Amino acid sequence: MLATARTRFDSVTATLPPPAWMIGGLILAILFPYIAGTGSLLDASIQTLAYVIMALGLNIVVGFAGLLDLGYVAFYAIGAFVIGWFGSQQFPDINGGKGIHILSSDRATFQLKLNGTHAEIPGIHINFFIVIFIAMAITAVWGILLGAPTLRLRGDYLAIVTLAFGEIVPRIFENSTSGLFGIGTTDFSNGRQGITPVDTINLPWSKDLVYTDLNLKPAYWVALAMVVFTIFVNRRLRDSRLGRAWIAVREDEVAAASMGVNLVRTKLWAYAIGAAFGGFAGAFLGSYNNTVNVDQFEFGFSVFVLSMIIIGGMGNIWGVIVGAVALSMLNRYGLPELNQLPIGFDPTSVSYGVFGFFLLIMMVLRPEGLLPSGRRKLELHEGETEGEDAAAVGDMSQMYEVRQ
Amino acid sequence: MEAASITETASAGPPARKLSDVINAYALPMLLVLALVAQFVHSPHDTLDDVKTGLSNGTIWALIALGYTLVYGIVELINFAHGEVFMIGSFVSVSLWATFGVDEGTSMPLMIGSIVVVLALAMLASGTLNVLIERVAYRPLRNAPKLAPLITAIGMSFILQNVGLLWRPTPDSAPDLIGSQKNYFTVFNVGIEHSDVFAVVVTVPLLIALLWFVGSTRYGKAMRATAQDPDAARLMGIDVDRTIQLTFLLGGLMAGAAGLIYALYNGTIRFNQGFTAGLIAFTAAVMGGIGNLKGAVIGGLIIGVIQAISDSGDYLGLPLGPQWTPAVVFGVLILVMVFRPQGLFGEETREG
Repeated sequence: MLATARTRFDSVTATLPPPAWMIGGLILAILFPYIAGTGSLLDASIQTLAYVIMALGLNIVVGFAGLLDLGYVAFYAIGAFVIGWFGSQQFPDINGGKGIHILSSDRATFQLKLNGTHAEIPGIHINFFIVIFIAMAITAVWGILLGAPTLRLRGDYLAIVTLAFGEIVPRIFENSTSGLFGIGTTDFSNGRQGITPVDTINLPWSKDLVYTDLNLKPAYWVALAMVVFTIFVNRRLRDSRLGRAWIAVREDEVAAASMGVNLVRTKLWAYAIGAAFGGFAGAFLGSYNNTVNVDQFEFGFSVFVLSMIIIGGMGNIWGVIVGAVALSMLNRYGLPELNQLPIGFDPTSVSYGVFGFFLLIMMVLRPEGLLPSGRRKLELHEGETEGEDAAAVGDMSQMYEVRQ
Repeated sequence: MEAASITETASAGPPARKLSDVINAYALPMLLVLALVAQFVHSPHDTLDDVKTGLSNGTIWALIALGYTLVYGIVELINFAHGEVFMIGSFVSVSLWATFGVDEGTSMPLMIGSIVVVLALAMLASGTLNVLIERVAYRPLRNAPKLAPLITAIGMSFILQNVGLLWRPTPDSAPDLIGSQKNYFTVFNVGIEHSDVFAVVVTVPLLIALLWFVGSTRYGKAMRATAQDPDAARLMGIDVDRTIQLTFLLGGLMAGAAGLIYALYNGTIRFNQGFTAGLIAFTAAVMGGIGNLKGAVIGGLIIGVIQAISDSGDYLGLPLGPQWTPAVVFGVLILVMVFRPQGLFGEETREG
């Protein structure tokens, strides 16, 4: 039943040219703030969009290339600290206390002194739209640096090493309050207090901030633009030579290598690009949350993002987006809602336990996720019962999914 | 790793061991010994004290590491929830003492009796829990790609951690039954505390019993056969599912014992103690060569010493301290997994 329903759905989507429903979805997404109002739903949507970017980034590593990365939070941390350093007063002594300002807003450039004159705000203040690309570049480099030692590893060893990196990176930030490893005296992170406030967004050609706490709509549109950019890059990459190499490596590393796929380069690109999107979203969240604090960068967050991918459907861009939106909204609204029930505890305190439960249930009952990529689904059910597979070959829907 | 292991078996032919192989095999242990000697020369007394703390703390890691290594040896799966099984062991112990009304004031014989009874119950609880985890989270995925059971393992770990959170939301203190901080005797100016003696006295018989069980009984033989080749073992009439269950039970028993020792040794228990402890113990298991029981014990002791030296805050003038310890341990984990996945002692495993 389900299979025929899906074929019908597929045939409906296949008749429409892909851009039609994508443009429709985009228009809906753009108009969404007018429906959502300016309250907490809009705020939740903005956070969700940032999570969508991260989930899509991690999907490149886990879904496309099949490298289980449990330390994705490291790139969130690096991206957030990049905006913390380049968009706050963290380094007050730079440029003789006058600070460095590149296309920054008036609010990040001048402060009113007691005697009525204006003075320059110390610290580095670079325009948000420049910083997000700096963050992408820096996290991409770190993606390669952290990915390179793991190239020889596979499966769960790879997962544990990435997990270890994800734990080490925030510790280094946390402890670098007086120089790095005891060298120098610069404070890089303010320890557990974190860096705050962080500059908000202004367009490069304008001196005004694009949004305020009372009107978050422009922040939503900035995040949406970032998501659209991410989806575009993801789709182009998936269908590119590199994307096909990723899938080949995921399915069979030895076969891919013997067909001439350069394993080292292919994997490192996956790490670099996946990490870059983590930094991209991390920089946005650092600015939007107005604080960069090491407490945010815990292992649970890596698993949170991984759950989005697994629940949505590993390897499928639209599935990942659905998973990210679902989990993010569940985290924001679903769990507090459960608080009404007489269960004797606060469900928000055990949110990670709930995600863990979803991971468990999904993996046992439907490992391919809610909206699976057809190819991934076949891989996950490989070797379950050979007879069924043989019978299914005649089934048109199955063949269609193989081709997808 | 297949490519790497193929070349290794080809080059490491029978008699002629190349010098580079020898260096490769002994480089990391030698480096560790050198690092320790250097620190000893730097500050002898502190180092001895750290080694003492590290060895007794290391017995706890060794007990947990055995669970990882047993399970990995037999089903090639990192039982990510194992740290949480250990945490539940701690929680059960402390709760049982509270129920029985045992505290610092209890008379000596009664207290020793309570420790023995609670040890047995905590071990049983953790063992049963580990068997349940296997049944719920791993058995349905026995033939799935390797990624799948690792993900359910993480899910299970989060669920249990949050069960712990609901059970005891804040750090709790365990009753100081053994007077853990008191000096028992002093060697070379290093005070051996009650807790150190306690950890060793409980751990050593358990280790011997486990080694005997795996090495000398029919069940142990079945376990080793299943680890080598599950299909062949099944053909020989071994109940593979049963054997795997038994392996999880043994691992859980050890983790439960570790939980009790940890509670008395450290005096505080926390719902998230299992996460770090699990990773430390996993590092120990990899260090000793995963699947290798004695290796796991030695790995546990080594990682205990590394941790103690990092905790004490000064390594050859490098300002370390407790805030750096997780990074140091994870750094060691990465180094070992990347450069020496077969462990310090060089026994080939299926992963390496």
